[in-house]
Parts: sequence; structure tokens; C-alpha cells
Amino acid sequence: MTKQKTAKVVLDSEGIDRGLTRIAYEILEKNKGMEHLVLVGIRTGGVYLAGRLQKNISAIEGREVPLGILDVTLYRDDIATSNKKPPLGKTQIPFDLTDKIVVLVDDVLFTGRTIRAAMDALIDFGRPRMIQLAVLIDRGHRELPIRADYVGKNLPSSLWEAVSVNLMEKNGKDEVLIEEGS
Amino acid sequence: MMKLAKKDILGIADMSVDEINLILETAESFLEISMRDIKKVPTLRGKSIINLFYEASTRTRTSFEIAGKRLSADTINISASTSSTVKGETLIDTARNLEAMNPDIIVLRHSAAGAPHMLASLVKQSIINAGDGAHEHPSQALLDMMTIREKKGKIAGLKVALVGDILHSRVARSNIYGLSKMGAEVVVAGPATMLPRDIEKMGVAAFTKIEDAIADADVVMMLRIQLERQKQNIFPSLREYAQHYCLTRKNIKLARPDAIVMHPGPMNRGVEISPDIADDPGISVILDQVNNGVAVRMALLYLLSGGNE
Repeated sequence: MTKQKTAKVVLDSEGIDRGLTRIAYEILEKNKGMEHLVLVGIRTGGVYLAGRLQKNISAIEGREVPLGILDVTLYRDDIATSNKKPPLGKTQIPFDLTDKIVVLVDDVLFTGRTIRAAMDALIDFGRPRMIQLAVLIDRGHRELPIRADYVGKNLPSSLWEAVSVNLMEKNGKDEVLIEEGS
Repeated sequence: MMKLAKKDILGIADMSVDEINLILETAESFLEISMRDIKKVPTLRGKSIINLFYEASTRTRTSFEIAGKRLSADTINISASTSSTVKGETLIDTARNLEAMNPDIIVLRHSAAGAPHMLASLVKQSIINAGDGAHEHPSQALLDMMTIREKKGKIAGLKVALVGDILHSRVARSNIYGLSKMGAEVVVAGPATMLPRDIEKMGVAAFTKIEDAIADADVVMMLRIQLERQKQNIFPSLREYAQHYCLTRKNIKLARPDAIVMHPGPMNRGVEISPDIADDPGISVILDQVNNGVAVRMALLYLLSGGNE
């Protein structure tokens, strides 16, 4: 007997847009404008979302906020013990982070290990005044004391479920799906 | 998830195009680390890498050492002149003893072709060939391919001329394998005494005049004349060699106008390459090769290191 996998759309295109618009306003509100502000997207999903947040913030403030790209692979805590190596993407942070307010952007916040790795990486680029975290989906199940400052949608999930974020830039479609794992 | 399907890096001859691409792409991502203020990532924390060098080397050994250190591995350098080799210990015994100290990777340079292959079959550690006799020098060919790709945007379809002592050059051999696999047209030139017999079987065209090889080339790679070879009477004098095979302002005009010039180092200025070419940043990419070398070696160490299956 094969179990039918059911994928449920938990956030559609408008939902994603609305969430990102709200987060853009929240970032500006919390930081009282965009002085010292930089966005850093975590490869790969976070990069596209950070790009959209950059557009939203620029539309509100009329100025462009700097955008960096971070690949956390080299900082992962399972990399030295695993024989499998994820493909390594380029990190591009062409500015000093010292004294900046860095908003890290990722698609799904899960165990928190990616964010731990990202924070270690950021600190190698300078001493930020503050690091904040923006995610589209917070699905719970943290394994580290990490929380997000800006959340598109809280999505209580079971460990057996898979959450996937499809984005126009990545798979030609904007939607967040949750499906039972096999 | 990607994985190099190998325990060791012994040569380019047994590498697939996919593997070469994986290594080059990984290396391109590593380039950025050497540009940071803090040139270090924690990836290989707790791993040890032994650089076992039985032949003199500045560039390659330093490059492997820096690569290991930038990945947070502990690197240990052993050169034959200061090791138990001078007390008569064989390579196998040295390796077995090093193996007992549980390093993760051994980088070996040896004057005997096949030494790394023998070592790889005897010890459980990953072996990286850092040059074995006149056989192969895979990390050099990889950094050369990375530099060509960086400067030209591609390798396939380019004409690459290798000039010099092809017969004794492990750099030439690895590059011929690699560049041919990646779709480049490889031609070589050198005195007849420095061209391997049956070189055409490697799929390259061979010439005895430098002008014939570098005509319309996109890349000109000059090889070092090993001065010690003169004693073997394979060329009469450095002066005569330079007259016929030195890359100069004059003969470089035969290559394509946007051609790049490479040299694996160490250079004999005025012998195989004239100083004004070597120092011209518009043509020479020699220092880019060195910079890319660190990134390529970081990629090799990163891709080879792993835990238990």
C-alpha cells in the first residue's frame, strides 16, 4: 500500500507579498529608518527574499539598502563529520559589517542551526552593532536558543512534515507548501 | 549533495569532466575567503594535514599550507632533508609511521612517478599528489584551468599552447589531460629532445618551433627549463634555448591579441620568458595563478575531508 502524499498550500503568492511588505515596514519601524541597515540573504531561498525586502524598503524610503549574500556551508556544525558536501555557493558581502544593523534573511526557520552558522560567519566580516533575523516561515522545533525578529507566518508543524518554499526566482511560482514526509 | 567519488587526488588522467567542474566551481567559491580581513573559516577544525615533500618547493608547499590553515586544519610540514629519510627510512615506513599518528590527509611530493599511487594503496588517509616525478601535478593543472576559465570565461574551444620541456614536465602532462577533457585544443612546442615520443597519442599537435604553436593561441603556457637538465645534454646552452624558445614581445604578436600568458613558476627570466612579458599585467596572469592556487587547494582539501561513511 502506498501512502498518498498530500501537499497543502499554506501561503499563496499574495500571502507571501503581504508578509514581506509587512516585514519591510516592521524593519524600518524597529530600527527607526534605514541608517546603518544592511540585508544579508542566506543561500539560496533567503537571497531571493532579501532581494524582495530590499525592493520593498527602497520603495518606502526612496534609497537602496545594501544587500549581501551569505553561504553558510563552511560554518555548518555537521560539515566536518559528514562525507557529503553540499555544493558551495559564493558569499558576497562587499561591505564592512562593523557598526551595521544586519538583518539576516532566510526562508524557513527550523532547528536554528543555519542561523547559528550564519551568525558565526557574519562576525568574520566585522563587528555588527546588531544582528536581527527575518524569516518567511517559522515552523518551530528549535534546537538552539534562537528566535526571529520578523516572521512572515508562524507554521506549527510536525517533525515528519516537510515545508517547502517555492519562489518565482527559483521555481517560477510563489507558494509555501506543507506535506507529510514519507 | 555532492561528493568527490575518490579517496585520493592522484592525477587528472583519471578525473571526469564533472569532477573537474565540481572542483573548479568549489574553488571559485573559496576565492572570496582570501580577500577577507579574517582569512579563515572553521570548516576543517580538528583535521590534520601532513605536507610530505621529498622535493624542493616554495609555491606548492606554501599554497597547500595556507589552504589548510584558512580552513582551520592543523598543517604539518615535513621536508625530506629534515626527516628520517636522511637516516635511510623508506617512503613506505615513513608513511606507515605518519599513518599511525592519524592525520586526515597527506599531501605528497616525490621525485618518483607513482609514489603517491603506491602510498594511496597502502594507507587509509586521503593522498593528494603534489607532483610525482615527470608524471602528474594535478593541483597545478586545476589552478591553471581555473585561471583560464576566470580570464576567458570558458575552456572549451580555446587554443592553448604549451612551450618548453614537455618531456620532463608533470605540469604539461596534467594540463594536457585536463585541457583536452575540457574541450580545449592543446598544442605543444619544444626542442625535439624535449618532446615525448608519441605525444600525438595524447591528442595534441607538436611543433619544434615556438612560432608554430603560439600562432592564434588564446593561452600561452611557458614551462620552466629545468637547469639541471643541461647536464644531460638535451639542450646545448641556455642562451641557445632562449634564442629559439623564449616568449618575447615579438613572437607573442603571433598569438591572439587578447591572449594570456601563464607560467607555473619558478621562472627563469630571459630564458623561457622575457621579463617585460612576465611583468605585464595586461598579458601575464602568473600571479592570478598563484592566487587561484590557494583556492583550488582549499577546494581539494574540503572535498576530500569527511567523517566516517
